[in-house]
Amino acid sequence: MGASSSTVSNLTASIQRHLSKIVVAPSFAASLFFVYGFILWTGYMSFSKSRMLPVWDWAGLRQYERLWQMERWHVAIENLLIFGGLFIVTCLIIGCLLAVLLDQRIRAEGALRTIFLYPMALSFIVTGTVWKWLLNPGLGLESMMHDLGWASFKFDWLVNSDMAIYTVVIAAVWQASGFIMAMFLAALRGVDQDIIRAAYMDGASLPRIYFGIIIPSIRPVFLSAIVVLAHLAVKSFDLVIALTGGGPGYSSDLPATFMYTMAFQRNQLGIGAASAMMMLATVMAIIVPYLYSELRGGKKNG
Amino acid sequence: MNLRKTILATSVAISALATASFAHAEPTAEVLHWWTSGGEAKAVAALKEDFEAHGGKWVDSPVAGGGGDAAMTVLRSRVLSGDAPAAVQLKGPAIQDWAEQGALADLNDVAEKEGWDKVLPPAIQAVMKYEGDYVAVPVNIHRVDWIWANPELLAKVGATAVPTTWDEFNTLADKLKAAGITPVAHGGQPWQDATIFETVVLGVGGPEFFQKALVDLDEDALKSDTMKAVFDQMRKIRGYVDPDFSGRDWNLATAMIMNGDAAMQIMGDWAKGEFLAAGKVPGKDFLCAPTPSEHGYLFNTDSFAMFKVSGDDKIEGQKLLAELIVGEKFQETFNLLKGSIPARLGVPMDKFDECAVKSEADLKAAQDVGGFLPSMAHGMALRGHLSGAIVDVVTAHFNSDMSSDEAVERLVEAIELAKD
Repeated sequence: MGASSSTVSNLTASIQRHLSKIVVAPSFAASLFFVYGFILWTGYMSFSKSRMLPVWDWAGLRQYERLWQMERWHVAIENLLIFGGLFIVTCLIIGCLLAVLLDQRIRAEGALRTIFLYPMALSFIVTGTVWKWLLNPGLGLESMMHDLGWASFKFDWLVNSDMAIYTVVIAAVWQASGFIMAMFLAALRGVDQDIIRAAYMDGASLPRIYFGIIIPSIRPVFLSAIVVLAHLAVKSFDLVIALTGGGPGYSSDLPATFMYTMAFQRNQLGIGAASAMMMLATVMAIIVPYLYSELRGGKKNG
Repeated sequence: MNLRKTILATSVAISALATASFAHAEPTAEVLHWWTSGGEAKAVAALKEDFEAHGGKWVDSPVAGGGGDAAMTVLRSRVLSGDAPAAVQLKGPAIQDWAEQGALADLNDVAEKEGWDKVLPPAIQAVMKYEGDYVAVPVNIHRVDWIWANPELLAKVGATAVPTTWDEFNTLADKLKAAGITPVAHGGQPWQDATIFETVVLGVGGPEFFQKALVDLDEDALKSDTMKAVFDQMRKIRGYVDPDFSGRDWNLATAMIMNGDAAMQIMGDWAKGEFLAAGKVPGKDFLCAPTPSEHGYLFNTDSFAMFKVSGDDKIEGQKLLAELIVGEKFQETFNLLKGSIPARLGVPMDKFDECAVKSEADLKAAQDVGGFLPSMAHGMALRGHLSGAIVDVVTAHFNSDMSSDEAVERLVEAIELAKD
């Protein structure tokens, strides 16, 4: 009797001990298979001769060579640099500025915060569609200005091959800067008030307090924000599809839309896979140093 | 990754559905298609009714989205898992791609019984056959090289008919532009740019040049001065579209013709459906005329490819379906609903409208002089990766200030790259 009850309690104890692992196991297995398994599979495809159907014939680096010879891929990469760079920098500046302004203990802060954060609740498809209408010269801003009598007003970036990618930046910044603001605001609230008061006592001006004390002390948040924005930029797909459809021509193509076209519309699974691996490499180049610095920092603190 | 999961889930769900229905021994056919809207959905329903009236059991597998991209992804996973649907909406060289994989069934006995060799135009037979065996059946013929025009706007500059040479076209367009009318209604999407491009190739170069350049991909033809002249004409047409053309859907461009916002649109005869749906009368409210060319005719044919299936009921269902699709009755009903003309020769045209009758007459004339050619922009002439490479260059040229020389150079390079 006593033996069996102790077995039961042993079992209970061991279940309790491992409960967290047992609960996590299925999702761990699923992500191992569906995420990492498919990454490996895509990696293999990029070295194969696959066209319409996946095949296992080894092609070496041929698909990568073809990829880098394609004019369209260069356009996509260039656009990623323009889009990624402007998107990250503008979001950081606007987000930080909004956070600092909101941090001044103003009235109706809660309402304003919600208003700025609200675009994040929309899907990129909605954002893209709305901005498509706003920026369409015959429908949106330009035609409104013309109706108001400002006939020389011209804003045709959406239909201009050289400028179309910047409209994607505008829409993406509108969507994401509120979220960055929230990140900064949380960090600003976490800054030790005593230091700020001490600086006041020493007669430092408000801008000087921000630039000299507060912003340097929330540096880790910049890093987090950059990582969040960078991977948003690399994987952005739906916004381009909804806003410009990659056009005019393919002038606002991004690597993700390029990959979709090759893999699902042109029977070029090999090139599609190669471009997907290039995107993975880009994200890795950002994430790995970040993780490394995080983990090392953790050890130092711990 | 999400996309993959969805595809997996969809294909599992579809195959579960399909298995559930295989218990009966009546002729069964599962049909994978993406005709889910408007006239197209009605046209498929007509086929289903006909099939069921002949004692068949129809398993519908519509996969909407992406102009067939979604359906193709489902098809890939179905074939890879060894559970292909009986009939799949496929067209052009994609049929050859699948036949090469050994995935398509042989329909020769039905073809012989029904005499397909006699009733189908040879150019269409070539698309439906793989190494001499029928593997697919055509449902219709769409003509791509049409101009749709608003007669009232043409009358404003004194024109009564649609131009018959590209020079006349330019003169008329210049007059329209001077009168403050947008000459060409166009939607700036790559496939629409390519649609205009191929009609210009057909008109400026002639049918023989079209065959060499866009079907055989002959390098001399691609590099020739004729091709440069084609790009010159494209640059001219770029000047005739309105400033907001970028990204516009083709049916909105058609609506511009209807509403009198623009004079002409170059588009295949699916545009006719838009006019008819709005209650417009051909010849009175709108004009249909072929784009300028010497008896050229670019066809775009929808078809069903028959995949290898196992089980007598399924094989029987597949053969019955193939027989019905090429049958005179279905070809007539379907094409009246879809706005195209029958792929089968000799179907009475008395129920069809003026444009369809003209299309059928032109088809015969074009066939006699070798002008009946597959459309490049609509995936009839070339495999996806090759036509994609051409479309990339065409749309890049149309949407920038690239010179014709550079466009020709890039065209040759892009095709070279896509080939290997």
